[in-house]
Amino acid sequence: MATPIENPLYPFKESPSQTAGPYVHIGLTPNFCGIPGVYDKDLGTAMVTDKTKGERIKLEGRVIDGGGNPLKDALVEIWQADADGIYRGRAEPEFSGWGRCPADAETGIFRFETIKPGRVAFPDGRLQAPHINVWIVARGINLGLNTRIYFEDEAEANAGDPVLARIEHRDRLTTLIAKGKAGAYSHDIHLQGPQETVFFDI
Amino acid sequence: MKSNQTQIANFFPRDRSWHPKAYTPDYKTSVLRSPSRALIAFGNTLSETTGPAFGHDTIGPLDNDLVLNFAQSGMSAIGERVIVEGRVLDERGQPVPNVLIEFWQANAGGRYRHKKDGYLAPLDPNFGGCGRTLSGDDGAFAFRTIRPGPYPWPNGPNDWRPAHIHFSVFGLGFAQRLITQMYFEGDPLIPRCPIVRTINDPKAIDQLTARLDMSASAPMDALAYRFDIILRGSRSTLFENRLEGN
Repeated sequence: MATPIENPLYPFKESPSQTAGPYVHIGLTPNFCGIPGVYDKDLGTAMVTDKTKGERIKLEGRVIDGGGNPLKDALVEIWQADADGIYRGRAEPEFSGWGRCPADAETGIFRFETIKPGRVAFPDGRLQAPHINVWIVARGINLGLNTRIYFEDEAEANAGDPVLARIEHRDRLTTLIAKGKAGAYSHDIHLQGPQETVFFDI
Repeated sequence: MKSNQTQIANFFPRDRSWHPKAYTPDYKTSVLRSPSRALIAFGNTLSETTGPAFGHDTIGPLDNDLVLNFAQSGMSAIGERVIVEGRVLDERGQPVPNVLIEFWQANAGGRYRHKKDGYLAPLDPNFGGCGRTLSGDDGAFAFRTIRPGPYPWPNGPNDWRPAHIHFSVFGLGFAQRLITQMYFEGDPLIPRCPIVRTINDPKAIDQLTARLDMSASAPMDALAYRFDIILRGSRSTLFENRLEGN
């Protein structure tokens, strides 16, 4: 329950996070988990239409724990700009910019069919490299994890990206870059361990 | 045509000592699912301050009524009927209007309608356990459901979750995205739960504990619980690009 706390400037604190738990699919993708008839379809399953402008891409990957095991109960959401580098949201009927995918219950694979995002300006005017913003929740994750996915075939843009430039340990950059080309990319996200993916405090 | 791109300034940084830490070993699954390296911080860009929006066309007529939205015609879910109502506000106390709120829960006996839930308490044939709604212009939301039961889970040898409802909330920017859980005032399982106790500050736990709200109850129908959701505040844009003020 929200009650004012002892901060004279701002009376409220953000509601603390809790894990999404193992049954997150009941709430966010009920049709996927066998609860039909409440919603017509699960939100976030279709990002593009035939009319969407831009290069079609398929992106698939897994979320992997510190023991090397793919999470079979993770839920991944993505948020990205359109082909022109504009974040549209609902203003653009042909492109949602947002997708949601539960990991496959057997393989742990998540898949998105979307478009390659255009470049978005950083606050100082420099252009960021094409990227997809990622949010991961699951049993055992207490606060959703934020990361980004960049593209292997955008090496030049990646080299000048202001966010990638913030990462001091340069050997970790590869953990943010999806492998592939010609519209098919794969990208595993490692929660912990020697291959640990870079996560952001945004 | 303005979008969120020009309306939302940078968000207040998250207070990550108020939120649960990633590695909380009494909640055993967190041990292998917590990053061990430090998070990389950077200031908000458009990628963080914008986010998806959902219209009223998203929401069906029974989406905010879990008593009826999975029930056979003429039937309703079994359990203690409750209304959950509150507001979505930001850390400045401003309403956050027109954002999607999704919720899910076990039935009155603590059983989830999910193939991985093997608890021996039975499913309720008239209860699905999912719902959603949009906050109003004043940030207010409400839905009707049945009070979920506690349930055991394989963490410690005798761990039970308190009665709870899971919440997923969108803000105006993707960096406000939040999932949390609502607990019920007076539940003696709350202070015993390793998931609740991933949160260190008792005031933060109290913020997730809904209060019985007799004023909002529906006489002869349903009790009410009040649960406000607070999202990250956002900073003024005054000195960045809108010198006319805001």
